[in-house]
Amino acid sequence: MKPPRFDYEAPASLEEALQRLRESGDDARVLAGGQSLIPALNLRLANPGRLLDLRRITSLRGIRRLPSGALAAGAMTRHADFERDPLMQRHLPIVPAVMRRVAHPQIRNRGTIGGSLAHADPAAEWPALCMALDATIVVASASAERRIPAAEFPLGVYTTALRPGELIREIEFPAWPATRRWGFEEVSRRLGDFAITGAMCTLDIDANQRCTAARCVIFAASERPQLVAAAAELVGGPVTEDAVARVAKAARHSISPLSDHHASAEYRLELVETMTARVLKQAAAMAAPTQESIR
Amino acid sequence: MNDMVRIQLQVNGANVEGTVEPRLTLADFLREHLDLTGTHLGCEHGVCGACTVLLNGDSVRACLMFAVQVDGADVVTVEGLAPEGALTDLQANFRRHHALQCGFCTPGMLTTAHAFLRECPCPSREEVREAISGNLCRCTGYIPIVDAILATAEARNDGGAQGAGEPK
Amino acid sequence: MERQEDFRFLTGRGCYVDDVRRPDMLHAVVIRSPMAHARILGIDASAALELPGVVAVITFADIRKFAKPIPQRTCPLPGMEKFLQVPLASDVVRYVGEPVAVVLADDRYVAEDAAEMVFVDYDSLDAVVDAHAAMAGGAVVHEQQGTNVASAYEVGRGDVARAFRDAHYTRKETFYVHRHSAVPLETRGLVAEWDPVAKHLKVWGAGKVPFANRAILADMLQLSPAAVDLIEVDVGGSFGVRGDFYPEDFLIPFASFHVGRPVKWIEDRRENLMATNHSREMHCELEIAVDAGGVITGMRGKVVADLGAYVRTNPGVMPGKGTQFLQGPYAIDHLGFEVRAVITNKTPAGTYRGPGRYESAFFRERLIDIAARELGIDPAEFRRRNLIRADQMPYDAGALVPGQPATVYDSGDFPAVFDRALAHFGFDDLTALNGRCVDGRWHGIGMACAPESTGGGPGEHARLELRHGGGFDLFVGSSSAGQGHETVMAQVLAESLGIPCEGIRVHHGSTTHLAQGFGAYHSRSAVMGGSAVVAVAQKMREALLARAGQLTGTPATSLKWDAGRVVREADGQTVATLAQLASGLPDCGPADHGLVGVSASFESNRLTYTFGVHLAHVSVDPATAQVRVEKYLCVEDVGRMINPMIVHGQTVGAAVQGLGGTFLDEFKYDESGQLITGTFADYLLPSSTDFENVDALTLELCPSPSNPLGVKGAGEGGIIGTGGALANAVSNALAQFGVSVTRLPMSLDNLARSLRQSRAGGTGVAR
Repeated sequence: MKPPRFDYEAPASLEEALQRLRESGDDARVLAGGQSLIPALNLRLANPGRLLDLRRITSLRGIRRLPSGALAAGAMTRHADFERDPLMQRHLPIVPAVMRRVAHPQIRNRGTIGGSLAHADPAAEWPALCMALDATIVVASASAERRIPAAEFPLGVYTTALRPGELIREIEFPAWPATRRWGFEEVSRRLGDFAITGAMCTLDIDANQRCTAARCVIFAASERPQLVAAAAELVGGPVTEDAVARVAKAARHSISPLSDHHASAEYRLELVETMTARVLKQAAAMAAPTQESIR
Repeated sequence: MNDMVRIQLQVNGANVEGTVEPRLTLADFLREHLDLTGTHLGCEHGVCGACTVLLNGDSVRACLMFAVQVDGADVVTVEGLAPEGALTDLQANFRRHHALQCGFCTPGMLTTAHAFLRECPCPSREEVREAISGNLCRCTGYIPIVDAILATAEARNDGGAQGAGEPK
Repeated sequence: MERQEDFRFLTGRGCYVDDVRRPDMLHAVVIRSPMAHARILGIDASAALELPGVVAVITFADIRKFAKPIPQRTCPLPGMEKFLQVPLASDVVRYVGEPVAVVLADDRYVAEDAAEMVFVDYDSLDAVVDAHAAMAGGAVVHEQQGTNVASAYEVGRGDVARAFRDAHYTRKETFYVHRHSAVPLETRGLVAEWDPVAKHLKVWGAGKVPFANRAILADMLQLSPAAVDLIEVDVGGSFGVRGDFYPEDFLIPFASFHVGRPVKWIEDRRENLMATNHSREMHCELEIAVDAGGVITGMRGKVVADLGAYVRTNPGVMPGKGTQFLQGPYAIDHLGFEVRAVITNKTPAGTYRGPGRYESAFFRERLIDIAARELGIDPAEFRRRNLIRADQMPYDAGALVPGQPATVYDSGDFPAVFDRALAHFGFDDLTALNGRCVDGRWHGIGMACAPESTGGGPGEHARLELRHGGGFDLFVGSSSAGQGHETVMAQVLAESLGIPCEGIRVHHGSTTHLAQGFGAYHSRSAVMGGSAVVAVAQKMREALLARAGQLTGTPATSLKWDAGRVVREADGQTVATLAQLASGLPDCGPADHGLVGVSASFESNRLTYTFGVHLAHVSVDPATAQVRVEKYLCVEDVGRMINPMIVHGQTVGAAVQGLGGTFLDEFKYDESGQLITGTFADYLLPSSTDFENVDALTLELCPSPSNPLGVKGAGEGGIIGTGGALANAVSNALAQFGVSVTRLPMSLDNLARSLRQSRAGGTGVAR
């Protein structure tokens, strides 16, 4: 099980990489962490003529806080970096928690956020997490830069809004309000396997126990992660059992489920309802964040 | 097309040079070019963990990297964990707890656990289990492996020598 | 006692077959059929042969002169000999993964490039994937045989019809065990080197039965067995599948013979999942008859084993032993079984740890729980009432395998083991949780009992050489697949001679060491191999007494052996130490004979029988169908242990394999016969986070009367009861929901379907 031949280049700068990408056309694949691409190469399911390895482009790595309070992460930032990063732990606590369910430590030490978003596996956590956090995907080409809302980035199984010649440069996560709680759960056959179905949510709950914002994403159940529109119904009142059950039922009816040898469509639909209800309850039951923990 | 690439890196503390085809995996570079056959190949698609090595201190799957990508890096394999003829405390605990049978997964288990204990010196049982969840073992049922790793952490925290060699 | 082999494994200094390099070595890649059933119209290798570095592409035309079917080695059942496999497909392929050609190149990467360039023209034929469809007259897999039923027979004893006629209660249920297998972490591999000058062939990478395989290989290559050596290097697990004679065991040595250069082939994981023996797939309709006192008076049933596309070396074990063990540890006087072994367009099947035993234990133990529930008898009490008692030993369980003698359980106190197991598990306290819901999870307790035949004959051999300095080289015919033979055999020798283990080097599994040997299967190494070591130690003592007599001019009859020394019988005075006895010996390597060398063998066709009880406590989240194994215990009486640490490791390891096999592992095929679980992302082995609380208790209650050590085999018992105990536990947990597990695996999807069906008002039969 050995990879086919390819040309290899590791450009030293983003500009050079984008230039190369433009010249190479369809024949080139971008190599980020390689944790999805290299298995495909070893299995000879992919056969690109050229690999453009982004490993030398230091500007694509790292997590920083913007003056607005938003966090920005370079596309080559590894899952393990998010897991350990103090900024993330402090300002986006859901991110390290979700990272611990991304594959296994060895994969997290190589795999990157940009690679995962560009690969667009419907069962991967990152596309869903970016959607849940209303992140913006900043993509660059040799000629221009675009900002794509995370909800519009994955288009289907392994397909994204990226155009030929474009790379993901950075992901921006809006500031996390002080009133925000979160929930995350996924069912996979073993720990670290791709999820069969998962859900994640954020709920902003004010001092009067009133929900002021709600966002819930289902992933791995259908061809792309999906926002649960009915979560909006939670806004304006307390998050009650009944309300959660209604949203969960609505989520189930909003999904066109996948079916494969790990899980039937019917099972996935059951999980959509269960997972939606559980993450919303988890978030609602979470202790109110203290001001200290937000800063 | 397919030009050979010169690479330079540190492997188990020694400077190493090589001329490789870009498609050569790190695992095959270690095994075939450097004769470090302790790094085993169990699946070559990134699931079994037998090929785990340390790259700049982090555990990584050597089947999911190309040798060209480690140019300039520091790689440690199972052969480099202890001085020749000696065992680390972790290795000695694997033996003591019967944490290996056929030995095929053992190098990947050791490299993974080695990095993990450096990052997380006082782990819970749950954390140990999660740390090695990307390493398949078909013989032991994992329980003695978890015991061996925990025993190592406990002994170190009780003031035992870190990574001290034990004569054969 | 820590293991001798561990140091090299821990430091990366083991030598597995992929670590073997020979000068000028080529690399082989096997081209395999992508179709489940097709006619081969032609093979065009011309483009591949033009690729620089490619040396040859071997097809059937090249092996025609040597092509014969690979023979069965063990448990042949009547009729199966008509469905054997020839190492390369000639005109028809019958499963995805069947070898069609072999590419030889300087480099593995280039060989894989070339394999993609070999064009095979296939004409697709209808595939038959399900065993019942295969019997019902769909496509015929071996056209010239006109049937897909490779073997059909009936066995039994007593008057089963009368037992059912007279019964107070009868219950029939249909069961299925899914296709799964050993999947050792090291894939198979071989390095073959033909020396055209010496006319000698060496093959590295042997395992399990090197002597038997040498005979098959020599016969196929038209060489004398003496011209062939099979060499066992370190082995990364077997569990029954490695080391039997596969097509590649001919193809790779042939390739070296063909091109006159050493050839290495390392199976990759995708190949491993489609080419190495599958196992376990069996359907069973089973029925029991019970009298008014809760005594099982009769058992009958129909067994259908799915062998896949060809009969390999040992698939008869699955239906053969699967049927023999249906009665299990219970005294049931009237038995009657119809058995069918069926050919389908899937990977050929063979033995996997506890072959036939895992399946039959699931069928029987699940049916016993179903019956106990319906009869209103406590399942533990129901079992207790029917277990064979110690005073019934040795117990004749009948002759239930064609061509094989009656099964005689040699010894055991099953009720005592059963009660010890329940007590150790805390069964009485846990029973309160059975079928109860705590914090949203439903709890279930389940059990399974199973005897296991171990110590397969006919014999084993050993050779022992005294070395310079007083050390010993011990050569055994048994093979090791990582269990720890180097340690265990050294322990037996050390104990027999009264010496420390340190000076003993153990060599195993290669045809170069001994003229004859058998290998490792049927949990036989400690029983057969260990007993051969006892015998060779006895001979060594005699030889050393004679040598001491010669050296000191004392009559050997006045001497005796005492803890590593020769002493005078009369007063115990030391006459010669081991070092003195070894003085003057040349310092030579293991290949040479020392001055004092003895050989011995141990012969026995009497199997030893262990008895095991498995107990499981599970909790199930009915909303997600997720099962957590809260506690699992395997209790087994193995007569006597040589190395308790190794036995414990074997048992717990086997149990976790069985837990994985029951919930996760599964070879799935689509309707066209494509294997859809062909990677480790699809075929799921248990990982460190799946089964956390698994323990074993090994007892030494009833030593075997049939060998000098009193041991019984200990490698397989840990897996046998897993399917039955877990299915009972999950069924008990979900009894409220009407779920009764009759089909494995208990995957998330399968359990979710059962729960859904029961919610919809149907029966919750898991399928």
